[in-house]
Amino acid sequence: MRQPLLALLAKEPAHGYELKLALEQTFGQAYPSPNIGQVYVTLKRLEQDGLVRSQDVEQTTRPNKRVYELTPAGREALLAWIDEPSDGPRIRDEFFIKLILAPMTGLADRIALMNTQRRHYLSVIRRLTELHADTDPADTPARLLIEGALLHLQADLDWLERCQEEFV
Amino acid sequence: MSRAAPKGSPWPPERSADSPVLLKTSGLVKVYRADGVSVEAVRGVDLELAVGEFVAIMGPSGSGKSTLLHVLGGLEPATSGELWLRGQRVDGLSTSAWALLRRRHIGFVFQFFNLLSSMTVADNVELPALLAGATPRQARKRREELLSELGLTDKAGAAPARLSGGEQQRVALARALANEPSLLLADEPTGNLDSSNTRDVLRLLRRTHDRGQTILLVTHDARVASMADRVINLFDGMVADDAKIVPIPRGLNGVRDVLELRG
Repeated sequence: MRQPLLALLAKEPAHGYELKLALEQTFGQAYPSPNIGQVYVTLKRLEQDGLVRSQDVEQTTRPNKRVYELTPAGREALLAWIDEPSDGPRIRDEFFIKLILAPMTGLADRIALMNTQRRHYLSVIRRLTELHADTDPADTPARLLIEGALLHLQADLDWLERCQEEFV
Repeated sequence: MSRAAPKGSPWPPERSADSPVLLKTSGLVKVYRADGVSVEAVRGVDLELAVGEFVAIMGPSGSGKSTLLHVLGGLEPATSGELWLRGQRVDGLSTSAWALLRRRHIGFVFQFFNLLSSMTVADNVELPALLAGATPRQARKRREELLSELGLTDKAGAAPARLSGGEQQRVALARALANEPSLLLADEPTGNLDSSNTRDVLRLLRRTHDRGQTILLVTHDARVASMADRVINLFDGMVADDAKIVPIPRGLNGVRDVLELRG
């Protein structure tokens, strides 16, 4: 959650609860709903690392609130994060390891493993497709996230076909 | 055979294990021979399709899935093995007997729509009913129902070429359903469509299925296959896997839950 908080603070200083709301509004259903405790803990760590600083703002009717803002070091860290290319696709995932090791275990054959995995992918694809249909069309981040997951799963299925060609 | 699909009913609809068998093959083989070379495209397929089922066939290119579909629909003769449709053995039928059988019991949808370009949308949809012996009035009534259901009423007088790919495929679907076929066969029905048109065609297929239509389709698109009750994986002309899709229970948190599944 570090980088999303830094990104939100790059826009304007804010207190913890405002940041939680902003995360929810920005991502819609596409981000796990942040727990407020987690937000405060992350802000504290960012402050220890010198990436944000905070001050108490007095409020007349309510207890003081702590408002956070980005430091120059924080801005630099954020820029570095944005500039750096993000991780590519999953490689060498658990299924891959199982598939390669299967003959050594004597417990499972590759065809059965591939079939199980294909069925699982198809079930997940079905669920995602239903979810896409049920998602508020205005929730663009959620729709795009689901479409991305679907495209990845289609690629996983295509790759399973490649494995089938090699191993059968 | 229209079956009301009550709202909120389980999906896919529950079907008892003893639903009557609509289509059955045993040891089905298709060999292509040309210039002294023979290629075994389908190598001994046994399958059963029950009335009301929605089955998808997947598999790599060259695995024989389109060939299998064409043999099942009588577009190409089987080389050996048995093919039964509605309790009748049909693998030995003549071309003209097949044409009659298809007219009454099988609807076809292809990847490239195959609409008749010189006829209007309405005529394309009415033609199969007229060929099957319906009166012009009956054919028109059925066409109006289908086009309205598929959201194409205002395109009735248009030439197919003036329609988008998605619309053309909906017309092709209307035409395939014109004679209320026992079996709808579809060969890559979304293979030539973008994702929003794919979604429209999927929705229609699913709605058609919910009303009891038996569907067998060949697809490379996982979204299409995942809509089926059952997915057959064909590899090298043989069935490598044949399994029901087990839907994942719906969680309370929508997108967040599902994305958890992917880690």
